[in-house]
Amino acid sequence: MDGCCVEVDMETGKQGNEETRRQGILESLSTCIPVSLYASRTLLWLLPLSFLAILFFFPLSKILSLTFNLETLTPENLRIANFALRFTFYQAFLSTLLTLLLGLPSAVLFARYDFRGKSILRALTAVPFMLPTVVVAASFNALLGQRGLLSTFFPLSSFPFTGTLTAILVAHVFYNTTIIIRIVGATLSSLDPKLEQTARSLGADSFRVWWNVTLPLLRPSILAATLLVFLFDFTSFGVILLLGGSQFSTLEVEIYFQAVRQLNLPLAALLSIIQLLCTLIFSILYSYLVTRNSPQLAPRSTQNRKPKNLREKIFVTTFLFLLSSFFLLPLSSLPIRSLFRLDADRGQRGEVQYGFTTDYYTELFINRRDSVFYVPPFQAILNSLTYASATVLLSILLGFPAAFALAKPTRLEKILDPLIMLPLGSSAVMLGLGFIITYGKWLTSPLLVPFAHTLIALPFVIRALQPAIASIPERLRQAASSLGASPFEVWKNIDFPILRRATIAAGTFAFTISLGEFGATLLISRPEYPTIPVAIERFLSQPGGLNYGQAMAMASILMTVTVTSILLIEKFRLPNAGEF
Amino acid sequence: MLEVLNLFKSYEGKPLLNDISFTVAEEETICLLGASGSGKSTLLRMIAGLESPDSGIISFNGLDLASTPPHLRDFGLVFQDYALFPHLDVNENVAFGLKMRRLGQDEIAQRVATSLELVSLTGFENRKVTDLSGGEGQRVALARALAIRPRLLMFDEPLGALDRSLREGLLNELRSILHQTKIPAVYVTHDQEEAFTIADRVLILHDGKIIREGTPADVWANPGSAYVAEFLGLGNVIEAEVIEKDKFQTEHGIFAAECAHKHSKGDRVHLLARPLPTENVRVERSDPELVERERSRNALRGVAADVIFQQDRFKVTFDNGLYVYLKDAPRIGQKISVRVQVECLA
Repeated sequence: MDGCCVEVDMETGKQGNEETRRQGILESLSTCIPVSLYASRTLLWLLPLSFLAILFFFPLSKILSLTFNLETLTPENLRIANFALRFTFYQAFLSTLLTLLLGLPSAVLFARYDFRGKSILRALTAVPFMLPTVVVAASFNALLGQRGLLSTFFPLSSFPFTGTLTAILVAHVFYNTTIIIRIVGATLSSLDPKLEQTARSLGADSFRVWWNVTLPLLRPSILAATLLVFLFDFTSFGVILLLGGSQFSTLEVEIYFQAVRQLNLPLAALLSIIQLLCTLIFSILYSYLVTRNSPQLAPRSTQNRKPKNLREKIFVTTFLFLLSSFFLLPLSSLPIRSLFRLDADRGQRGEVQYGFTTDYYTELFINRRDSVFYVPPFQAILNSLTYASATVLLSILLGFPAAFALAKPTRLEKILDPLIMLPLGSSAVMLGLGFIITYGKWLTSPLLVPFAHTLIALPFVIRALQPAIASIPERLRQAASSLGASPFEVWKNIDFPILRRATIAAGTFAFTISLGEFGATLLISRPEYPTIPVAIERFLSQPGGLNYGQAMAMASILMTVTVTSILLIEKFRLPNAGEF
Repeated sequence: MLEVLNLFKSYEGKPLLNDISFTVAEEETICLLGASGSGKSTLLRMIAGLESPDSGIISFNGLDLASTPPHLRDFGLVFQDYALFPHLDVNENVAFGLKMRRLGQDEIAQRVATSLELVSLTGFENRKVTDLSGGEGQRVALARALAIRPRLLMFDEPLGALDRSLREGLLNELRSILHQTKIPAVYVTHDQEEAFTIADRVLILHDGKIIREGTPADVWANPGSAYVAEFLGLGNVIEAEVIEKDKFQTEHGIFAAECAHKHSKGDRVHLLARPLPTENVRVERSDPELVERERSRNALRGVAADVIFQQDRFKVTFDNGLYVYLKDAPRIGQKISVRVQVECLA
């Protein structure tokens, strides 16, 4: 009650105040706390920052120097860049709008109402976000593609889907709706119900309560969620390449196209700098929004209830149906399609056995050496698992110190935070491009892949650890300290046990990201060391029913592994965050 | 035992604690009493070693603690929000400090049992701390601090999160535990009732300074300043001007008070008019002679504007803001005059 705020401020004030700290060092070496804090801050940042410097900022500088070159800035290059930029904005804007349209009512649905199957449906909407782009692309392909279930069983109702802008937009909505549901829903359910009750008691009807109380309170989180969705749509690559095709030249696709197909690295560099500038602005805006409205840490018991009147019942039922079919149909089509032969394999003669088959799976383990570039799919799975394990180790190792520093931010951390998150904003394709330009001569080694994956996973790992670390009240450590625990013992006995679950969640996160990573891997992986997503892309781009089926089978495997991981993460992610 | 000498601490350039010095004797409980933001919790954290002063010395048994990190100070600390480790059960929480001291299994078990018994929580060993009520939580926190047999116990608003009835019970228990264990203690609170109940000596913090120090009875009897009198709610603090020795002119009339201070005529001072429970009520009449006689006696006059029932008395607030305690409730709007005890606060 008394002076609480002052005390908390004192804590950060002490660390933030350079002068006090320096004074502490000069005046007496004995004032151990400021000294150790000062030293430990630097130490915490040493590893993560050097990693980023070598693998992100140095390649970035290479890309920059390649970009700002008179030979790069030709009218033709600028024309291509201008076109790609405009189309990127256009599709991201449309995608975001559609995502909001589905996401906002869904957020209300989950935050306010109780209905049967709620937790399952909520998990279902979250699945796509974690799914690799190749899996999502393969899923929609399995449902709506030329060889998909719909066009096979209802040939008359079929319409062109793959290769259209619609496919891109639908996949983006499918991907990002959960962001709106999560962010807006979290704010919505943590709002003090007393606020709305008070508004009611003051004479506002339910619409005016929404319009004058709830919505203004939600506005920051809606803005933040929208921005985040836009960011994801803006940097989307796999979905556009696999569902739209390279004629939909967003910045990302164009970077890939120029770097790999046209071998025009300067133009690729220019495009990626434009891309980075845009995402940088969005990221800064986003973190500004988030820090300005620091989320309520202690969620209140939410006021969930069953729909009461007819209007509410119609709303709940409609969205229940809409969400479950929208999310369930593509996801279930993939494994179904992977188990049914619906067309002839390439070069297959005679009677084709249509119907149930496990051929697509067994084929994965058969080494058909009829192509120079052929690598057995099984090998791709092994590669992926190795890369993923390395990524987990690396990102946990680097993520922990950074998350610790960020959990109690000083001025230093406020500057470093966006830097750390920069790889998240810069696209995977750009990271790949940076690797090609900077470390091209090592591209023959498979070692670069886990480094690239760690770069991408690190922001997620940090963001998974940081709230858990921050959720440990300083008083807990102080209490332990006053009971005789040394700083190490405090970490061992307090931080670590509480963080164990978060660590498992973060590690699984990294694992999943690595398994599904597509953009960067496509650019830097050697043909002889493909990962699962790269192998899927290859199968999808080759003709014939067997190739298509194998793509479906591998995508199904990847989906299964990813979904299992998501379940693990959900299980271990701060289940009782409200308790401390 | 504990000695704090010339402690300074500023926060964002503004002085928070300004030359604080005090001691805690053996077996003594002192209470730092102050309003929000008076820096009392910061002071406590500096004693615990969780924060370091800008300058000044904190020593224990003559030994400067500046180079002793918090975990080697052997000072037990009890927070308002208990700070129980959520991933450990009651037993493990209480045993925590003992494990840090690498004590043997048997001794740990025995000490945990003793501590839990001391706070009347025997049988709670295997409970999850997240399932405890507020009072139980605070008892566990206390047991945890007691188990290490600290050289000093520190309490930071320990009862602030509890409701009133629970607070009184726990406060009395705490007092008897402190007497029983003879551990010196520093208790921080903003609640004067709590402070006066628990403390052997009260230190009142205001504007970064200790402005009054003494036993509860002493502080109560001689607040010494207008701020303390008002902060403790001792009575009406009235601005006055000295007209002659022991005579004061105020906007509420002339008061007489025996005053040990040296004042000269025209000095501005503060008077404390304590509203003692009294039956000596006069309903004012328009008899000028009576009014004149009333004036020579220390009495507060006014129209009863608000009457509040307080168990054995009524608190009557006048339209001029002054208040008194009466045995019987007057009518609202009644003009009354009540004798009060007046002291000079200087």
